[in-house]
Amino acid sequence: MSELPKPDELFSKIDHRPAPKGWMDTPVDIRRGIACYASNPKSVEYVGLPYPRQWSCFDEDWQLPENWKEIISKGFRERLDRFRSIKVFMDICVRCGACADKCHFFIGSGDPKNMPVLRAELLRSVYRNDFTTAGKIIGSIGKTFKKIIGARELDLQVLKEWWYYLFQCSECRRCSVFCPYGIDTAEITIMGRELLNLIGLNIDWIATPAANCYRTGNHLGIQPHAYKDMMDFFADDIEEITGVKVEPSFNKKGADILFITPSGDVFADPGTFTCMGYMMLFHYLKEKYGFDITWSTYASEGGNFGFFTSHEMMKRLNAKMYAEAKRLGVKWILGGECGHMWRVIHQYMDTMNGPADFLEDPVSPITGTKFENAKSTKMVHITEFTADLIKHDKLDLDTSRNDHLKVTYHDSCNTARGMGLLEEPRYVIKNVCNNFYEMPANTIREQTFCCGSGSGLNAGENMELRMQGGLPRANAVKYVHEKHGVNMLSCICAIDRAALPASMEYWVPEVDVTGVHELVANALILPGEGKRTTDLRSEPLPGMEDDDAE
Amino acid sequence: MRLNNLLAQGKTAIVKKWFVSAIDTYPSDTAKFLKRQKDPFANPVGRTIYRGLEALFDQLLEDMDDEAITSFLDPIIRIRAIQNFSPSQATSFIFFLKDVIREHTQKEVSEARLFNELLLFESKIDRLSLIAFNLYMQCREKIYELKANEMKNRTFRAFERAGLVSEIPADTPDLVNINICKEASNDT
Ligand code: SF4
Ligand code: SF4
Repeated sequence: MSELPKPDELFSKIDHRPAPKGWMDTPVDIRRGIACYASNPKSVEYVGLPYPRQWSCFDEDWQLPENWKEIISKGFRERLDRFRSIKVFMDICVRCGACADKCHFFIGSGDPKNMPVLRAELLRSVYRNDFTTAGKIIGSIGKTFKKIIGARELDLQVLKEWWYYLFQCSECRRCSVFCPYGIDTAEITIMGRELLNLIGLNIDWIATPAANCYRTGNHLGIQPHAYKDMMDFFADDIEEITGVKVEPSFNKKGADILFITPSGDVFADPGTFTCMGYMMLFHYLKEKYGFDITWSTYASEGGNFGFFTSHEMMKRLNAKMYAEAKRLGVKWILGGECGHMWRVIHQYMDTMNGPADFLEDPVSPITGTKFENAKSTKMVHITEFTADLIKHDKLDLDTSRNDHLKVTYHDSCNTARGMGLLEEPRYVIKNVCNNFYEMPANTIREQTFCCGSGSGLNAGENMELRMQGGLPRANAVKYVHEKHGVNMLSCICAIDRAALPASMEYWVPEVDVTGVHELVANALILPGEGKRTTDLRSEPLPGMEDDDAE
Repeated sequence: MRLNNLLAQGKTAIVKKWFVSAIDTYPSDTAKFLKRQKDPFANPVGRTIYRGLEALFDQLLEDMDDEAITSFLDPIIRIRAIQNFSPSQATSFIFFLKDVIREHTQKEVSEARLFNELLLFESKIDRLSLIAFNLYMQCREKIYELKANEMKNRTFRAFERAGLVSEIPADTPDLVNINICKEASNDT
């Protein structure tokens, strides 16, 4: 026996055990499948951001401006002065590790630098070196001492590490829920990405949608006539399915309410079915109660990729919401199913582009409910609005039309943690579906796991990263699929609807993805509608097949 | 099959060691977490690997049903195929079992001359590795497919359904030969 070589020895040429090293001594290895492509210089230029150029993160030379260190250092200083939260977050972390294993990217990738505490340390180490007295004094003594206090100089390697790991954070804030000090690593990422943008380092999946949005009003660069064409087509589809012709209104001056939703709902499956859901709901409300709502082909995007670029870009792209509300002279704004759109509205809009004193405090024209929570922004989330309609028994519903679905609900990070919208979507789903199953408690509500592709990471080239980040969510879906036969994952976020289908296809292929208002519209009985034999996806409803076909 | 009995008795210890050596392919800070956290939703990687190895070991002790093996191996490979591993690193954990078993049974194998049984058992492990290789490739192919088709599937399909994509017409256009020489005239 002893003369047999150990299998382990046969492997000795292939290194499968990582060398134990401290994080600062582990050099960054920028991998394909994880990193996203650099921004198209045209997009950078179009929105007036600095240093547009063709570059690639896989090249040695990133074509940085000569004085890049100076620019970053100055930008860091400015932001420490400007955002008290950042200064506090830099100072107060005690490295207790409570956040360490809470990030879906760490859980799924196993890369220690995806622990939130280390992600923040990437910046904090430079902060200690450059902006604290201890860093300056000890730093002058030597490198070893620096390391002891966790300080290091900003050099090209550090910069590359920032770039690599700041684009492996979806700004989901899950880590902040577990931090005893409330440190929000998402804010650190937001600031870090802002710094990178100062020297022209962004990813294209963010830069180009932002530029498109600036030009045409939506991420895909779709012009008004195509926006309308698409919705006309949905109207035809709805007519085919229900026998009822819906007629959405566009850019109507003097309408009561303006509706703004992410363009993903209009242009990408399966969001398109959610869009049909809104159209049917609005039609129903118009017929029954004279509801007067209009869509805008100008404010044709609820999402805001400026949020993933800089505070200024976010403000600029957000401004069209109020501008359009003012132009059309509506009373208040209803917003569609989106995640980060709502974080921007809820946390920033009023301060950035408000006060919207030309709008009224939102009141449901049908139930008379005053949406007190939306008093400052004048903007109501559609699941709040619909939940209120159901609560007041204003909708005719045939829930059996969702009986072929066993539904679970994914809390989008931004609506759950960013604005506390937890009950309303559940209330709506439970009232339009008969089969609803929650995922395990430590994967939903405030503790929800990100879809894995938030904050602009929904590109194609980083599919491995997306699958890593999507694993904890998919793992919980798999559990309810195996336990209860769940076959539909519902959500109220356009990025979720774009990202989760790929995640499901890889991890739990038996489960599909839907928006909540698709489920609402499946159940909603439109005045004068014919017998429905299919759902909104034109898939046959079991037990409701066409009589003729029998 | 004396070796089998020996292995069946030592199952808990063997699976645990196998698990530890598989987890040690991760950086040490990560490995600590993967070993410690027992909640399957907080630690899907660690728990999936543990559960999978346990079930696979049972298969090795029994008849080796390919379908069952695939179902237990798939979740582990599916995870490691998208993590930061090379193909050999992703699947290496299977061979670690050989080490664990040799160590565990060294004394008995020499004393009772169970070499044949050991060889037989090891070739079962080799079969696992072949299945793992197939699964690994399937996972990678799925990833490439997702990369290639995602945009097309989601956005293009929506436009196409709406008839907003101009399709290539069925009839081919009439072609006229053109002579590109300077002095040629193409009047027809
Ligand atoms: S904000 Fe989310 S993605 Fe970013 S470090 Fe925290 S848990 Fe991870
Ligand atoms: S939980 Fe808070 S204090 Fe503890 S390491 Fe994480 S960020 Fe620092």
